[in-house]
Amino acid sequence: MSSREKILSAIRSLTLEPKALPDIPHFSNPGNLEERFTQSISCNKGEVLSKSEFEEWLSTSGFSKVISLSPQFSELATLSLPEDPHALETLEVAILDGQFGVAENGAIWLEDTQLGLRALPFATEHLVIVLDRNRLEDTMHQGYDKIAAAQSGFGLFLAGPSKTADIEQSLVIGAQGAKSLRVVLV
Amino acid sequence: MTHPENATEFLKDSQKAKWHDETLWFVRDKRDKVSKGIPEWEQLRDLASGIKDNVLANLADYLEEFERNATKNGIIVHWAADSEAHNRLVLEILQQQNCTAVVKSKSILTEECHLNPYLEKHGVEVVDTDLGERIVQFLNQPPSHIVLPAIHLKKGEISELFHEKLHTEKGNEDPAYLTQAARVHLREKFFAAKVAITGVNFGIAETGEFVVCTNEGNADMGVHLAKVHIACMGIEKILPRRKDLGVFLRLLARSATGQPITNYNSHFRSPSPEKEIHIILVDNGRTAQLAREKFRNSLKCIRCGACMNTCPIYRRSGGFSYNSTVPGPIGSILSPGLDLKKHSSLPFASTLCGSCTDVCPVKINIHEQLYEWRQEVTKTQGEFAKGLSMKLANGIFKSPLAYKISGSLMRNALKSLPNSLIYHPLNIWGKNRNLPDPPKESFQQWYRKNRS
Repeated sequence: MSSREKILSAIRSLTLEPKALPDIPHFSNPGNLEERFTQSISCNKGEVLSKSEFEEWLSTSGFSKVISLSPQFSELATLSLPEDPHALETLEVAILDGQFGVAENGAIWLEDTQLGLRALPFATEHLVIVLDRNRLEDTMHQGYDKIAAAQSGFGLFLAGPSKTADIEQSLVIGAQGAKSLRVVLV
Repeated sequence: MTHPENATEFLKDSQKAKWHDETLWFVRDKRDKVSKGIPEWEQLRDLASGIKDNVLANLADYLEEFERNATKNGIIVHWAADSEAHNRLVLEILQQQNCTAVVKSKSILTEECHLNPYLEKHGVEVVDTDLGERIVQFLNQPPSHIVLPAIHLKKGEISELFHEKLHTEKGNEDPAYLTQAARVHLREKFFAAKVAITGVNFGIAETGEFVVCTNEGNADMGVHLAKVHIACMGIEKILPRRKDLGVFLRLLARSATGQPITNYNSHFRSPSPEKEIHIILVDNGRTAQLAREKFRNSLKCIRCGACMNTCPIYRRSGGFSYNSTVPGPIGSILSPGLDLKKHSSLPFASTLCGSCTDVCPVKINIHEQLYEWRQEVTKTQGEFAKGLSMKLANGIFKSPLAYKISGSLMRNALKSLPNSLIYHPLNIWGKNRNLPDPPKESFQQWYRKNRS
């Protein structure tokens, strides 16, 4: 008997009492979405910037390897998207458009269309996500309502920079992935 | 070694044990604070528990639905009845790719299957890429906590280890410096690996996708650079609908580390062009646990580790004292199902205070199941040392004369016997317990003097 048959027949041989699948009620929290989102991002060790703050940061940062897939910041790119993700090893800044953000935890939804290469938001040294301030959702429930029928091969709720506390519970930003996250609300 | 024996070992370094206790309590405290910011927290726990009940009641159907949809999406689905089948499947995929070095993100399932030693035996280098897991891998140790794998180590020990393995400065204990050194080391591995292995947090029957959550981004660094992604998933990790993730992602990180969400929550539905995604659905004792009605709902576990952080025994005995892949309260109800003899002391590694049950995001009645396992252990193992003294006591309580004589004997004996005899290893009640001073007289004697 194959493993598949073994597992399925072992389960089907049991008499299991039926249990109904619960409906998920509509949850919502009071409060200003933008304020809560901004607070969540900073709690996750990211930073929310205005367009001008972001432009100033980039112009004074001295970074020369920049990929931008965000149409409104396309002139900031110094490199185009490579075919092979291994070419991203020394990338300094990636600028991407987020689809929407979730206020309760700062999670931003991205799909293949925004990412170009799936490795991009992880492999880059610094990550910038451009987000429409009118596209903020209250909780993860509203977030999943929005993407219920989406079909992307890969999707990501990204909420902050790469971080770890594996050494004596001391928080360190910049573990294996991006060392910083900046969210530009436009 | 039993849990008490291992715990004694852990407690020898009393300063470190105190740090361990306090640090985990701090994590528990963060969980409390962040959960109180969600007014519907208790409702979410009920929902999560209810969804998992439904999953366990319809597991075969959901697994088939998941397989159907994942296959449609271009994911290659495999099944493994036990750890041997799982390990063999992984090795076969690696051999097809001529791959002799693989990067692996955190997966308790692959720990449970002892995948690393198996692959190494067959000439494959495995690099665990979660920082904590890499640290314990360098030390040839298993993780001591499912979310915080290196919580049993101090930064001085890690500094020495990194000096030896990664040539960091001797004596530099700065966590940021050490993490940066690991970053450079691990990124080199990511960019070189052809195959990446990950665990799975949730598999969605409705869409055939699966979700992997990390804070370090190490799972994604591995899989998006590699040509082939192998995901290893226990069959109980299924959820019916995509929207169920809303409930579970709200609970998982808040329960685990007190953060509102993990920074990376990746949804894998189909491979990038010219790449492959394999998923292995693993039983390895799960259907046997499903058949045990009293212990069935231990399979709801989402591996957040909250029960460990809150457990007064775990905090004061350390993960290794359990000698089981999943330690702590949840491990103590999962592991006896896999090997009752080996893990017979685990259901007793609890005060039955119920704190584990109170914090569990999917409302597993952990402390009640610990109590139930105690009954199973006593049934199968029968004659413990305690059993013998109970029999003796039974004889004494049956006869009034024997009771009277033994009482006065005991009062005198406790006064005059040397401690070496009272706290003899055969007297397991004497261990870590001080006997009270014996009363001068029995209650009967006192009553005769004062009331008659």
